[in-house]
Amino acid sequence: MYDAKKIIPGLIIFLGLIAFPILHNTVSGKATYSPKTELPKDKKECIEPKDFIRVNHKELLEDWKASVVRIGMRVYQATNKKRYTMSLNRTCMDCHKDRTKFCDQCHNFMGVTNKCWDCHLYPKELEKR
Amino acid sequence: MEISRRGFLKISGLTFLGLMAKPGWEVVSQIKPIEPSPAPNYFSGKKWAMAIDLRKCWEAQEGCKECLDVCHRIHNVPSIGYLKEEIKWIWTIPYEKAFPEHIHDFNQEEYKGKSVVVLCNQCDDPPCIRYCPTRATWKREDGIVMMDFHRCIGCRYCMAGCPYGSRSFNWRDPRPFIKKVNLEFPTRTKGVVEKCNFCEERLVQGLLPACVEACKEKALIFGDLNDPHSEIRRTLNGRHVLQRQPELGTKPKVFYIV
Repeated sequence: MYDAKKIIPGLIIFLGLIAFPILHNTVSGKATYSPKTELPKDKKECIEPKDFIRVNHKELLEDWKASVVRIGMRVYQATNKKRYTMSLNRTCMDCHKDRTKFCDQCHNFMGVTNKCWDCHLYPKELEKR
Repeated sequence: MEISRRGFLKISGLTFLGLMAKPGWEVVSQIKPIEPSPAPNYFSGKKWAMAIDLRKCWEAQEGCKECLDVCHRIHNVPSIGYLKEEIKWIWTIPYEKAFPEHIHDFNQEEYKGKSVVVLCNQCDDPPCIRYCPTRATWKREDGIVMMDFHRCIGCRYCMAGCPYGSRSFNWRDPRPFIKKVNLEFPTRTKGVVEKCNFCEERLVQGLLPACVEACKEKALIFGDLNDPHSEIRRTLNGRHVLQRQPELGTKPKVFYIV
């Protein structure tokens, strides 16, 4: 190989630069980061099982919105036959009082933005005001 | 197969017991069958309307703003303090502006400048809903002209369509202009249109609209026009009442008693 003295260190430097973000994230712990959602301490169960909520909370809230605004139906019957008021402010945020400790954890991690909080309020936000 | 009478009775008895097992178990185990959801036809058959007794209103103390204040407080209506960006749900205008066709040279002295409480007329034939390109505003079966803030794109066609100026546009984020936020009702955001909703969130709980409840003079009367025995029908019965610009054919459901 011609110029092996230049090419091999050059390759090593190149690989080092390429791998830097991965190495950096591994060392700083960012690569293994997972969202830390703070669950309400005094409440034991969500309106639906965790797996359902994880996948379907968007559709659920969308359905609630349509139901309350369009049909005027404000009572949600969960699969375990319990009944809840369809309200982001009054039902969801009654337990998850601070969105920054719950909703935003995953949303920020996944780079998801939503517009809920432009209008809807959560109890912790009121305390700040 | 030969079967005796005794055998037949035994088998039929067992069959009967077997059939009883499931309903019997349901009674004993207290499993509640799924309740039917509150009737989806909750709106139908009603026609909400309001009557405003101006005499009583004028008899109130000078500067009485109970109805306006309570509405703005519970609905998180901001007071921006700049006329062009004002958000209006319920407000007052002078008599000659509210009823230009009912003022003439000879009643000017009596009526001119008297303040008239105005709000969204919840028209029976609302022009605003025809203009909305996204169906963000529509007339419910019970006659309330509703807004879906989620769906509003802020084109303001409805504002152009409303002859009463009952709709307001949020030119900026209203939150900093709300003194005390009510958690029970969402605020609005920049770029949506809003208006009076006849307190539909209170009606569903069986309450009267906040302004009606707050009025000490009992000048505001609310009820169902389809119910011949309702207070509003009794109030309107045989009386000459005014509506704002009825000649436009919008059929307002806010009536004024002078």
